[in-house]
Amino acid sequence: MTAVENIRQTSEGGQEMKPRSEIGPRELMREVGAVLRLSEAEAAQLGQLPVDSDEDQTMIINMGPQHPSTHGVLRLMLELQGETVLRCKPIVGYLHTGMEKTGEDLTYLQGGTNVTRMDYLSPLNNELVFSMAVEKLLGIEDDIPERAVWMRMLLSELNRMSSHLLFLATNGMDIGAVSMMLYGWREREEVLRFFQKVTGLRMNHNFIRPGGLAADLPPGWRDDVLDILDMLPPRLEEYDILMTNQPIWRERLQGVGVITASEALALGTSGPILRSTGVPWDLRRDMPYMKYAEMEFDVIVGSYGDAFDRYAIRLNEVRESMKIVRQILDRMPAGDYRIQNKKVTPPPRGRIDESMEALIHHFKIFTEGFKVPEGEAYVGIESPRGEIGCYIVSDGGPKPYRIHMRAPSFVNIQALPHMMRGGLVADAVAVISSVDPVLGDVDR
Amino acid sequence: MTESESSHGSPVSWSRGQKVVHPSRQTYVALLKKLLDDGFTMCTDLTAVDYLTHPGRELPAGIEAERFEVVVNLISIASKDRLRVRVQVPESDPTIASAFDLWPGTEAMEREVFDLFGIRFDGHPDLTRILMPEDWEGHPLRKDYAVGRIPVQFKGANS
Repeated sequence: MTAVENIRQTSEGGQEMKPRSEIGPRELMREVGAVLRLSEAEAAQLGQLPVDSDEDQTMIINMGPQHPSTHGVLRLMLELQGETVLRCKPIVGYLHTGMEKTGEDLTYLQGGTNVTRMDYLSPLNNELVFSMAVEKLLGIEDDIPERAVWMRMLLSELNRMSSHLLFLATNGMDIGAVSMMLYGWREREEVLRFFQKVTGLRMNHNFIRPGGLAADLPPGWRDDVLDILDMLPPRLEEYDILMTNQPIWRERLQGVGVITASEALALGTSGPILRSTGVPWDLRRDMPYMKYAEMEFDVIVGSYGDAFDRYAIRLNEVRESMKIVRQILDRMPAGDYRIQNKKVTPPPRGRIDESMEALIHHFKIFTEGFKVPEGEAYVGIESPRGEIGCYIVSDGGPKPYRIHMRAPSFVNIQALPHMMRGGLVADAVAVISSVDPVLGDVDR
Repeated sequence: MTESESSHGSPVSWSRGQKVVHPSRQTYVALLKKLLDDGFTMCTDLTAVDYLTHPGRELPAGIEAERFEVVVNLISIASKDRLRVRVQVPESDPTIASAFDLWPGTEAMEREVFDLFGIRFDGHPDLTRILMPEDWEGHPLRKDYAVGRIPVQFKGANS
């Protein structure tokens, strides 16, 4: 096949789930296998389900892309028999804007504005992993000033808290605990207010940049963080009263969307989904980056791999993040908030008025960008949703030759068909919610 | 890269402190199988790079650079280790075996690579576009796919 022919031959048929009458038994087997994403032997263990039911007893319906509980524009095609979900296929791409292609056209300094918009609920983690990948390529990852590292950790943990608080809000809303939605948004707003004070923006900050951060913490930041830390614990207690110990909440979530550890590993899931199955895998502890090796915190794991475990894990991860933030407050050093490397970070504003060199460096960095040595690097960190990774290939120029983000939501969402199989359609909402996908991250 | 190392018969290089294995297209799945048996139970990431406009990258001896490269990142939970696998895929025949049977989670990632690069995965259960519309022409992340010169492909819109 020539290259031209290959480019022309782009359609491989529909992405949609086909009715059983239009596919042969082999395709069905593969599709059910693909839905389960498991070996046939394992699939056979779930034999109680009516796999070969007559087609006139089942129907295929669309859930989404315009559905309030799909967290954006996720579309699920569900084959239902009565209220039981037989097959499910997530169809994504409605929010695809080619951000990886865009990223190839932005300098490393501009790249942060691009990646921060992917997982828009944990923008600082996106920027962090991008910056760390660039620093790895530059070979300066060990030269980042102490204060910058601690500031990054502070922001990353606060971001984890805000993201999990939003999960608690939307999870409550999806299940019907509407007051929880208001509480979750309210608490998250406090964290976002702090972000606004520090970075100038509530979301999409572009604050963590290659070489350090955009600015130092503003005066009074410590009191603001302490306010958040004082405000949250009683509110989390409230959540426990409102939801954790409440029988309706437990009935609604326990045993719903179950996934086992081996399935979760085979599907490549990470973060709270993997941990809910009892695998204690947290990159902050297991492959420590920044100063996490010196931090004392617990990795929260579940035991049943159900939606309740995933809820409980996130709720308790907020508490663990608060523990980490307190330790960061105790140890935040004085010093510079970015590396003083004229080839990577702009000179301080004051220097520009007195030094021609500084002016030139400033001009070069903002017009042309800094050059990054040839090579490739992958960095993965623990975002609220799991491992977020950044793979950058540099050709020695000021723009990445290829930038790929390993999106946790994109991988996690592929576990949905497996979690939903055999469940009720009403539980589908609880399952989607417990995966906590961000469609901006899925589609990029 | 002083001595020629190898992992299960495939040459190994080091990139920024990260071990990278370079199998050939023929030994790709067999190598992944062995790595899975070695304890690399998680396939974290599978992506590709189009090296059309950046030839001459450094590769270990015996590996010939091709236009495409499929990049797989693995994690071993037991030994807390990462490993990268890079396979060369030629432009004339952009196909490679699928890793679906080893890690079902690669299903979506291989679809993404097919969608955006046009690399076909043999043995993949459902190789369709995932991010782009199914009637889209071309594979956007290829380097010869221009940015910003695409007419709007939706009905009724002014291009």
